[in-house]
Amino acid sequence: MSATKSRINDFVIRLANVNGTGSASANTLLMKVIFRMGVPVMGKNFFPSNIQGLPTWYEIRVTKDAYLARSGNVDVMVAMNAQTYQKDLKDVTSGGVLIYDSTWPRDRVLSRPDVTILGIPLARMCNEHFSNARARILMKNMTYVGALAALLDLDMDIIRTLIEETFASKETLIQANMDAIELGAAYVREHFECPLPTRVETLNKTSGHIMIDGNTAAALGCVYAGATVGAWYPITPSTSLMDAFKAFAERYRVNKENGERNYCIIQAEDELAAIGIVLGASWNGARAFTPTSGPGLSLMNEFLGFAYFAELPAVLFDVQRVGPSTGMPTRTQQADILAAAYASHGDTRHVVLFPADPKECFELAVTAFDLADRLQTPVIVLLDLDIGMNDWMCEELRWDDAYVPDRGKVLDAEAVEQAQKFHRYLDRDGDGIPYRTYPGVHPKGAYFVRGSGHNKFGAYTEDSEEYKEVVDRLMTKWRTAARLVPKPEIRRSRKPTDMAIVSVGSCDNAVLEAIDKLAAKGIYLNYLRVKAFPFGDEITEFLEQHDKVFVVEQNRDAQLKSLLVLETDYPKARMESILEYSGLPMTCRCIIEWLERAAAKGVAA
Amino acid sequence: MTSIAKPRIVHGGLNRNALGLTIRDYEGGMSTLCAGCGHDSVTAAIVQAFFELDIPPHRVAKMSGIGCSSKTPAYFLSASHGFNSVHGRMPSVATGAAAANRELYLLGVSGDGDSLSIGLGQFAHAVRRNLNMCYIIENNGVYGLTKGQFSASADVGSKAKKGEVNQQPPMDAVQMAMALGGTFVARSFSGDKAQLVPLLKAAIKHEGFALVDVLSPCVTFNDHENSTKSYAYTRQFFHRAVHLDYIPPAEEIKAAYDEGEVMSVELHDGSKILLRKISDDYKLHNRGAAIDYIRAHHRKGEIVTGLLYIDGSEPEMHTLNRTTATPLSQVDYRRLCPGAETLGRLQQRFR
Repeated sequence: MSATKSRINDFVIRLANVNGTGSASANTLLMKVIFRMGVPVMGKNFFPSNIQGLPTWYEIRVTKDAYLARSGNVDVMVAMNAQTYQKDLKDVTSGGVLIYDSTWPRDRVLSRPDVTILGIPLARMCNEHFSNARARILMKNMTYVGALAALLDLDMDIIRTLIEETFASKETLIQANMDAIELGAAYVREHFECPLPTRVETLNKTSGHIMIDGNTAAALGCVYAGATVGAWYPITPSTSLMDAFKAFAERYRVNKENGERNYCIIQAEDELAAIGIVLGASWNGARAFTPTSGPGLSLMNEFLGFAYFAELPAVLFDVQRVGPSTGMPTRTQQADILAAAYASHGDTRHVVLFPADPKECFELAVTAFDLADRLQTPVIVLLDLDIGMNDWMCEELRWDDAYVPDRGKVLDAEAVEQAQKFHRYLDRDGDGIPYRTYPGVHPKGAYFVRGSGHNKFGAYTEDSEEYKEVVDRLMTKWRTAARLVPKPEIRRSRKPTDMAIVSVGSCDNAVLEAIDKLAAKGIYLNYLRVKAFPFGDEITEFLEQHDKVFVVEQNRDAQLKSLLVLETDYPKARMESILEYSGLPMTCRCIIEWLERAAAKGVAA
Repeated sequence: MTSIAKPRIVHGGLNRNALGLTIRDYEGGMSTLCAGCGHDSVTAAIVQAFFELDIPPHRVAKMSGIGCSSKTPAYFLSASHGFNSVHGRMPSVATGAAAANRELYLLGVSGDGDSLSIGLGQFAHAVRRNLNMCYIIENNGVYGLTKGQFSASADVGSKAKKGEVNQQPPMDAVQMAMALGGTFVARSFSGDKAQLVPLLKAAIKHEGFALVDVLSPCVTFNDHENSTKSYAYTRQFFHRAVHLDYIPPAEEIKAAYDEGEVMSVELHDGSKILLRKISDDYKLHNRGAAIDYIRAHHRKGEIVTGLLYIDGSEPEMHTLNRTTATPLSQVDYRRLCPGAETLGRLQQRFR
C-alpha cells in the first residue's frame, strides 16, 4: 500500500463490469454519494451495444477543482469482469489500486509491482448472505460499493439516504442493499487499512448544482418551449430523449380531470416519416421535434432540403454516435457536423446548435424552437452520446416565467383579412424572412408548400430569374441567421497570446482543463467555443486575432476545421487539428500532449 | 406543378350551398394534365363533393406527393392550403398536420407510384395509424411524368405502350388496406362520377383513414389495347358490388329498401351512409369475405368497385392518444409550460 500516492478528492475510479448485471445503478449510486458529499464529480459510462453479457466500464472522476472531463488516468480500478481483467490491470495508472473479486483464484501472472492489488471475496460473501440467485448477482455490486465506501471514506448516512430514496417504501429492499453495503465495508475494514490515502473528504462545492444527462435536459427544454408534437424512430443514443419527454409530458401535460393530453408523441415507422411528421405539424403551427442520431439524420436528408427550400420550421436533436454507417452505436463522436450543416442535395445549409453540457441542452432546446420559428427553417441541435447519456454535474436549470415563445412572422386571421393579398415568399422586411399563415385560419391565407421551384409569390416556376430571386433571398435569410444564433463562448488567457483553441460541444471541459494546466507550464492559449452555425462575426474576428489556431474536435476528418475553412476567410495553413475519435469521451491529456509536442517543435513556443 | 389561372366567371344561376358558395369557390387553377386524363374527372368529383358537403374550403388541407396525381391539388380548392411533399412521403406530413390540428379536413391525393412503390411504407403506416383523412389513389398502372414505365399496380400480362409485357403481380392498395386493418376501403373509377362523388363524401366524413382507390386511366401512356388500365378495359370490366348513398346529418332516409339488402352506417358527425348490395353474393361489413370476393373477381379480370369495407368504431390516432379536443397548435402556451417553480422542484431528483 505504500506505493499509493495520497490523492484526496482528486482521482479516478474505473469500474469494469459485465453488462446486464445491475452494475449501472450501483455505479451511479457511488457517483451520487460523492456529489452529495459536496465534491465535484464526473461519471462516464462506456457500454456495449448489447443487453447482457458483454464488458462495460464506468468511470468516475473525483475532482475537487471541478475539472469535469476525463483526465486519462485510472487510480482505482474495480475489476469485476474476468474477461477484461488483463486489460483492466494494464490500464491502472502507476501507483494506483486494483480491487478484484477474490472468490476465485487470480492468475499470479496478472500482477503489477506498481499497483496495489486488493482481493475481496464479493461473490462468496453474497452467496453466503443472500439466498435468491438474482439477489446474489445484484447485491455483489452493492457489496463493492460498501467496500469502496470504507476504502474511500464515503459518508454512510448519505449512502443510506440515497438507497432509501431509490427504493422508496420497499423496506426489505432497503435493508438488503444496506446489508450488502455493510458486508463489503466490514470485510475491508477488517482486512485492510482504511481509508486509503486516495479518498474523499467532504467539501462544499456542489451546492446549486445537479447531476443530469443531456437527453433529459433537452427533453425538459422541449416541454418548456411548448413543444406539443414529438415524432421519432428509436435509435441509440437518442432514445432516452423521447423517453424523458414522454415522462415529463405525462406528469405536466395531462389534464388531471379527464386524462386528456396536451401533446402527441408518434413513434414513426422510420426516420423519413419522423421528420415528415415534424414538418406537417410545424406547418400547422405546433412546435414539433424529433430526436435521432447519425443514421437517422442521413435518412432525413431529403425532407431537410425540402424544409430549407419550402421554409418550414423543424427542430432535430442529433445525439451523435460513432460513424460511419452503423458504426459503434454506444460510443461517442462529433462526426455529423458537416452532414448536419449541409444536409440534403442542392444548395442547402442549416442552422446548427452545439450544446456543451446538459444545461446548454436545456437552454439551446428552447433557443432551437425560437430560431426555427423565427427563421422558418430546420434547426439541428448537435449533442453527442457523452452529453446525451452520461450524468453531468452542471448548474441548476433556471427558467424565466416572463419567457414568451418567438413564433416568428405568422399572420393571424385578422392580419390576413386586412392584407390586400397574401404572398408567401415576399421579403417585406429586408431580412430575408417572409410571412406565413397556418392552414385553416383564413381563405385568403392559402398557399402551396412545395419543394419544386417557386417564385416569391409562392407559385410554381421554372423561370430562371424567379428561381434565383428566391434562392438569393434565402442567402439574405442565412445572413440574418448568423446574427440571431447564439454567440460563441470566448475565454481569454491571463497573458497575451497569439495562439488559440477553437472547439465545440463536449470537448469543452477537456479544453478548459488543458488550458489551465498548459498555462501552469507557460503555454498560454485563448479559447473560443463555437455554439452555433452559421458563424457570426465574433468567430471571424477571434480567428483573425490569432496566428495559430488549434481546432479540437472528436472526429477523424476535422469537420469543424473544414467548416471554418469553408465559411471563414481565415487561412487553412494557420489551423491545426487536435482530434480524438476513439469513441470514448475526450481527455484533457490528449490535448495537453498534443500541444506540448507542438511546443517542442517550436510552433507553440 | 404547373397550373394556369382559371378565369373567374360566376353565372347568376349557379347553385349555392349552405355557406352561400358556388361550385366555382371549390375550383382551383386550370389543369395542365393531358386532355382526357382520368385525374381531371377525379378533380371534378372532389370539387363537387366538398361543395355538396358545405365544407369551407380553407378548413381543408390538400396533401400530395410527387407524380401526375400529386399535381392535381392545384386544380381544386384554391382557398385551401396545399402541401406538395417529397415523393411517397405525404402520409407522414399528413400525420403531423393531423397531430397539430385535428379540426382540419385532410385530403390526400396520391398515385400508384407514390403510394405503392416509393411510399408503400408510409401508406401502410397511415392505414395502421387510422389517420383521420381521405386518401385518394389515382391509379393508372403507369409512371406518367417519366414517360411510361410500369408501376407496381400494373397487372400481369398488361402491355406497355412500347410493347413490353408486365410479368410481376400487382400491388393492390384495396386488399392491402383491408389486410392492414383499414377502416374505410373503397374503389371506384374516374369515369363513374355517380359512384365516385357519394363515395368521396362518405370518405371525407369518415373518422379515420378512408382509402379511395380510383382507377384513373392515363390517356398518353396506358390507354391502348392490351392495357388493363385503359378506359375501354375499365368500362368493360368494372363491377359495382355495392351502391352507396350519402345522407347528410338531420336528413331523413327517404328511399325504401328491402331488409337485409341495406346497411346503414352512421358517421361521427351524424351523417349516414347507406350501403346496398348490387351483387347478391357480396357480404357487406366482412373483411375476409371482401378480400376473397375481390380476388375471385380479379382472377376473372374484373375490377370490383364501391365501398367495400367500413368500420366506424375503430379509434383514430387522436382517440387512441387521448389528445385534448383543442387542436394542439391552438393550446395556450401557459398551459404547456410548467413554469419556474416546478422546474426548481423537479430538479430535486437530480441532486
